[in-house]
Amino acid sequence: MTTYDVIVIGAGSVGVPLTKILAETGLKVLCIDQHPSPGQGDNKHAIGGIRATHSQKGKIWVALRSLEILRTWEEKYGEDIDWIEGGYLFVAYREEEERLLKETIKFQKKQGLNINWIDAEEVNELVPGITSEGLLGGTYSPEDGHANSLLINHAFYSQALINGAEFKFKEAVTDIIVTHGEVQSVRTTKNSYNAIFVINAAGAHAQYIANMAGIQVPVMSDMHEAGITEPVKRFFDPLVVDIRPQQNELFGNSKNYYFYQNKLGQIIFCITPDPPQYGLSTQETSQFLPQVSQRLVNLVPRLRNIKVRRTWRGRYPNTPDGMPIVGPVKGVEGYINVVGLGGQGLMLGPGLSEVVARFINDKMTERDQLIFEEFSLYRNFSSQELLK
Amino acid sequence: MIRKLLISYWRTKPIKKQIKEHPILPPKEGRVVTFTFDGKELQGIEGMAVASVLFMNDIKVFGEHYVDHSPQGIFCANGQCAQCTLIIDGKPLKSCMTALKEGMRIESLKGVPALPSEDEPVPVSNIQTKEVEVLIIGGGPSGLSAAKVLGEKNIPVLLVDDKDRLGGKLVLQTHKFFGSAEDVYAGRRGIEIAKILAEDLRQLPSVEVWLQSTVVGVFSDKIVGVLRENENYVLIKPKYLLVATGAREKMLTFKGNTLPGVYGAGAFQTLVNRDLVKAAEKIFIVGGGNVGLIAGYHAIQAGIQVVGLVEALPRCGGYKVHEDKLRRSGVPIFTSHTILSANGTNKVESVTIAALDENWHPIAGTEKTFECDTVLIAVGLASVDEFYQKAKDFGMEVWVAGDADEIAEASAAIFTGRIAGIKILETMGIDTGENIEQLEQKAEIMKSRPPPPKTPTVFDLEEGVFPVFHCTQEIPCDPCTSVCPRDLIKMSGDSILSLPYFTNEEPCIGCGRCVAVCPGLAITLADYRKDPDFVYVTLPSELGEKRIKKGDIVHIMSNTTEIGDYKVERVRILKEFPKTELVTVKLPKEQAKEATGILVQRVESYSEPMEIYHKEALADEAIVCRCERVTAGEIRKWIRRGIVDMNELKAITRAGMGACGGKTCNLLIQRIFREEGIKDVVPGTPRPLFVEVPLGIFAGTKKEEEK
Repeated sequence: MTTYDVIVIGAGSVGVPLTKILAETGLKVLCIDQHPSPGQGDNKHAIGGIRATHSQKGKIWVALRSLEILRTWEEKYGEDIDWIEGGYLFVAYREEEERLLKETIKFQKKQGLNINWIDAEEVNELVPGITSEGLLGGTYSPEDGHANSLLINHAFYSQALINGAEFKFKEAVTDIIVTHGEVQSVRTTKNSYNAIFVINAAGAHAQYIANMAGIQVPVMSDMHEAGITEPVKRFFDPLVVDIRPQQNELFGNSKNYYFYQNKLGQIIFCITPDPPQYGLSTQETSQFLPQVSQRLVNLVPRLRNIKVRRTWRGRYPNTPDGMPIVGPVKGVEGYINVVGLGGQGLMLGPGLSEVVARFINDKMTERDQLIFEEFSLYRNFSSQELLK
Repeated sequence: MIRKLLISYWRTKPIKKQIKEHPILPPKEGRVVTFTFDGKELQGIEGMAVASVLFMNDIKVFGEHYVDHSPQGIFCANGQCAQCTLIIDGKPLKSCMTALKEGMRIESLKGVPALPSEDEPVPVSNIQTKEVEVLIIGGGPSGLSAAKVLGEKNIPVLLVDDKDRLGGKLVLQTHKFFGSAEDVYAGRRGIEIAKILAEDLRQLPSVEVWLQSTVVGVFSDKIVGVLRENENYVLIKPKYLLVATGAREKMLTFKGNTLPGVYGAGAFQTLVNRDLVKAAEKIFIVGGGNVGLIAGYHAIQAGIQVVGLVEALPRCGGYKVHEDKLRRSGVPIFTSHTILSANGTNKVESVTIAALDENWHPIAGTEKTFECDTVLIAVGLASVDEFYQKAKDFGMEVWVAGDADEIAEASAAIFTGRIAGIKILETMGIDTGENIEQLEQKAEIMKSRPPPPKTPTVFDLEEGVFPVFHCTQEIPCDPCTSVCPRDLIKMSGDSILSLPYFTNEEPCIGCGRCVAVCPGLAITLADYRKDPDFVYVTLPSELGEKRIKKGDIVHIMSNTTEIGDYKVERVRILKEFPKTELVTVKLPKEQAKEATGILVQRVESYSEPMEIYHKEALADEAIVCRCERVTAGEIRKWIRRGIVDMNELKAITRAGMGACGGKTCNLLIQRIFREEGIKDVVPGTPRPLFVEVPLGIFAGTKKEEEK
């Protein structure tokens, strides 16, 4: 039986960058996924927003590194991933959102993030046609951006292959063999593989994979739907977030919704249902379009003429406090969690992968230690993020 | 003053490419209105699709594709792709689905459109929802038949169809249909059958029909989203669902396949038979199945020259009688040939074909180039079954009928629709007294593929008058046996597939009803009574009374050879069978039983390929995904690197991500996989929407007031 230094379970937004980065450090890496090709879990459902402007230190540090990797990708590897440094724009139409956003940026600025409160006029300049009635302003972080999740995944995958990583597709992991408190091997529907390290990067399936090693992780997925339009001439750059909640008796209540215009000119949009809809289904529902369209047209009336092309549904593997669970676990040597990224795998995956690679190669920095502490499985999950 | 004069002059000028006289169809009525295209003032018929109006004005290039800036024109003419998008009064709209209005400002689309900056707030509202007992998607032959069965039992039915009239593709079919006269209206023209089926429904109060209403998605909450009249979005919750969505045309990859002027036979029939647009002067047809053969015949009826037809197989797959009609009209048919390229700078100017060897490779040196302005692709149909698949996945009570289930003739669809209706009734616990097994057996016969033709048997009688059958292929058809007033035509076997023969038990009276009813125009009448050496032969023709008149000299054809020029002795039309002229000529007795028709066109000989087309066409250059302009070479490159998942291929190349949602390229990509020897291909994940819909419609924005 072949022995690998590392087996990564899941070839998604986290697993593929992780495989690439580990392989680059000279390790013998195998990445296993039950799907027929990379990125077919929820990577392809990600709409593509990449930001560092979170409200929690660990995420900020990790995402800053992700941004740097993605921003310079084309320059370094010659592959276009549709990156646009358009910034994130959180808009405020009510005092309560204004207050919350302003409070959040105090913390973010302290972390050295480039984010500022801008007035209504500036918001209008950034998003021509946005409803100005009641517009109070918003927060704008120009160094955030967006890119194509499919191309990002493919780009990491190509580099992983170049660096000698192996991939097994259409193989579902059926067991993780642990003896004497140490990971031994991974069993799949087709084969068995020995490994020194086994990394759980299984996204929406992470809790089942963890269970195979006798580990409980508090990860529960909820389902969000998204859509994409025809391309039109680009008229705005930032990813726009409206965090106002909305009641809709017929099509369901919602929290925030967000959208941006990609490099080609298509608008990609998404909404957060309230209460969350827990489950693993990726089947599209009839409620999404009527629910989200009203909000989009209210905010940017000219969008009523853009044609919707496609909709889909993806899963956010969430933890109780909205922060990932990353690092080793007690009692199972060699097993590492990189789970519960809450729909932020795309923006956290690349940065986080480097931290995990340094852990495996015993090269952790002080900051890495802090990140592992914040993302520890053994933390108190009762705290809440200021603004998710 | 001068401007006024000019306008009145323009108003009286006829629209260039309008078919004013058609042998079967009435002329298109309507108010002539003025509009502008790229600033130029033009006329068109109010309410007609903008795409058709532009074709009528001889405008075939609608814009430039945003990826490669290549010229774009009409492709599906059916609202399915977005290739015909134009800027109409400031908004990007599919021109095949937009009705012309007085004063419209239409502009060609170059690159991606700009969204009009209409920034004033508009009220939004929750869109409507509706519960129904039975929802039928599609008002073609199968959907209509099912609705009838259900409506007769007073079951509430909602039938939705995306077109402006019922009948599906029947409304484009000017030819007479095959099948059984008793069960499926055989011998009638498609347009008539559509009217009969639609009229039947009008008598049934429990059946509600929504026209111009497109289903855009079947969702996992067992709800069907319908775009009603292009204005309102309605969510329908049906107890029972019948998918009768018909078929879509397959495409081919060849060099120049995106040039304006390359499109499907369905689009051609829409332009010519629905809107009476003389869409072309000279067409070339790729594919010898029924769709291609019939489209060729429709072209001839519309006064359009068919310069040739290629079929890759050694014989045409369509009905022999359809093929014979084309051959004797003067259409060169090339079997074991394929298209190499459509040629032209901005639109189709010619087509190059070549013979195929036994391994399906073009044989160098056999290329021929034909001058033409249009290349019709008729290489088969594929079921539109995505709604059925989704509904099944979502656990809905769902049935499928007609072409959506299995590609066959419309007569079979009428039958399978009826069966689906009966099955739904039985699921509801309603006794229908029907024997489903028996009906299904009949349906199978209707669906049977045409076998090779038999050698014609020559009837040796040379006296009196009698019908001569030029029908040598066992296809499901029987109208001739039902019209003889003396019951002298029988089938040689007991099946509807058998060939007919004249019993000669009693003298034939020469009424010509069998000649007029035959859908294949494959029965003639030989009358030896006046002169046994010069026989009066009556031939069917559907070219219109005005095109062949008594005293004209016509060129008589057999199915294989030219017979010669003869004078028309008589033209008559039987009241019961309008639009079929019975043309009588006097022929030497040697040719009397061979003659089948009248030559309509002569194709000038083709040219040897011009220098630029001489080299073998590079299949790699051919476009596979029209929407995103992805080439066959690009797809092949990734397949050779080991990709077996359609989703991965889509993610990397964008093939299938365009406006049409992969309707065209999906099958082409599967074919490339097969060519590359890869069998275990992971299918792509289909997603709503079926067609693109403006966001405002989902938001329930009220339609803007007419100004």
